[in-house]
Amino acid sequence: MKIDILDFLGISDQICPMHVVIDAEGKILAAGPTLKKLRPETEWVGSSFFDIFDLSRPRWVQSTADLIKTAGSKLHLNFREAPQTGLKGVLAPLPSGQGAFINMSFGISVLEAVRDYDLTSADFSPTDLTIEMLYLVEAKSAAMEASRQLNLRLQGAKIAAEEQAFTDTLTGLKNRRAMDHILNRLIASGRDFALMHVDLDFFKEVNDTLGHAAGDTVLQHVAKLMVQCTRQNDTVARVGGDEFVLIFEGLVDRIQLSGIARRLISSIEEPIPFGDRSCNISASAGTALSSAFAAVEDGALLLHQADVALYAAKNAGRARHFFYQPGMEGAEAS
Amino acid sequence: MHGLINRAFQGFVSTTFGVESWLTIMDRAELGFSEFEAMLTYTDEQSMIMLRSAEEVLNRPLPEMLEDMGTFLVSNPQVEALRRLLRFGGVNYVEFLHSLDDLPDRARLAVADLNLPGLELIEQAPGQFELHCQPGLPGYANVLMGVLRAMADDYGDLVFLDHSGTHDGAEVIAITLVETEFSEGRAFDLGAHSL
Repeated sequence: MKIDILDFLGISDQICPMHVVIDAEGKILAAGPTLKKLRPETEWVGSSFFDIFDLSRPRWVQSTADLIKTAGSKLHLNFREAPQTGLKGVLAPLPSGQGAFINMSFGISVLEAVRDYDLTSADFSPTDLTIEMLYLVEAKSAAMEASRQLNLRLQGAKIAAEEQAFTDTLTGLKNRRAMDHILNRLIASGRDFALMHVDLDFFKEVNDTLGHAAGDTVLQHVAKLMVQCTRQNDTVARVGGDEFVLIFEGLVDRIQLSGIARRLISSIEEPIPFGDRSCNISASAGTALSSAFAAVEDGALLLHQADVALYAAKNAGRARHFFYQPGMEGAEAS
Repeated sequence: MHGLINRAFQGFVSTTFGVESWLTIMDRAELGFSEFEAMLTYTDEQSMIMLRSAEEVLNRPLPEMLEDMGTFLVSNPQVEALRRLLRFGGVNYVEFLHSLDDLPDRARLAVADLNLPGLELIEQAPGQFELHCQPGLPGYANVLMGVLRAMADDYGDLVFLDHSGTHDGAEVIAITLVETEFSEGRAFDLGAHSL
């Protein structure tokens, strides 16, 4: 059976509407309707293939003869003139050296191409998966957008939950919010309690020399010691980088509190292993008693008193524990 | 039932009857939340409680509301994405009808855990079709009625639809194409979607 070349081109328009037929000299003999739609001004038949297309791969192709030798392999093309839409192609030689048949498609550039050239379903062969690909791209972006919205809402909920949280995530101790809450509750109840402010000594050196991971290990270790040195219903909170507040409910006995502070400081002074190194730190503490000087009405004053005592302890040479005394503020100022 | 389906109903009620109505429905349903998330899954029971509550609060029969929701999903500009995805099914209404056989697979391509019941289009004579909806999603045929009606408008064709009972457990929708290119329809541009 012999197929007339013209009949054959009619078939090609249907099956592969982005084809080009060239002769042995590289002159275009025919082009498919979709390809023509991309360059409606161009006089396709009779033009040179290389005047319209730039072949970027394979790089060794310099001539029409080279081009025909690429038979079967993937061609990377683009239009010479803007928009320089990228195309994929494959070439099959025509019988007895009459030239070649080249079929093309958009490849991944199809998304821009559909927009740039206002293409419709009719421009693609029904067997071409382009429409399905466009469908998928839209469906996926719609689904991704829904997921993104969900993630944003969850992120917002997470931040809100963290703001409402009472736990310090690094150490598992109570955080400043929880401490404020407990302090206010105790003051409102009118019960006696002691508030101890503990600050680590030499913690910054650990962070600076061994890094933040070591610092975190130290904080977690110290948190454990504090929980061990206190009773079940006492409050241990981490209120700042290396600052802790301990609240002893119903305990205002100075001798007992001194004992707790002493045990705590000496246990903190034990070297803390970190990998094959060890971290040496200490701690200073200041305590204020709720019943010591008139009725306490707000937690801020008590915290301030504990703070003053703490700095007095630090100034006295660290690794010490002081109770707040009126007049300490003056000593601090001098 | 997939969150997308619940969320679609939420969108329909909030837009058509107002957000207040939606919140009343959810209060009454006592599910412990007031909004459905499109990308989460809910139990069929949760969805049914919500739908029953909607029926009571809005005082309208559920089948009617579901059909209106189908129309809303295609014709409301807020949910343009779904209309576009359906239009990818074919260049004219008949091609679109034939593409419905692939709808469950297409839905799964987009959202892997979205399972829609199977659909089968049977062409009985030129312009005469029956769409068989397999069971699995209560009210699905009602929603489809609304979708089919709105898509006909979208393509500019005039159709007559009738929910004509069940056949072998599948709900049957009879579709009669009265006139093609009855009206302008809406434009569909393949590349209109901004990426």
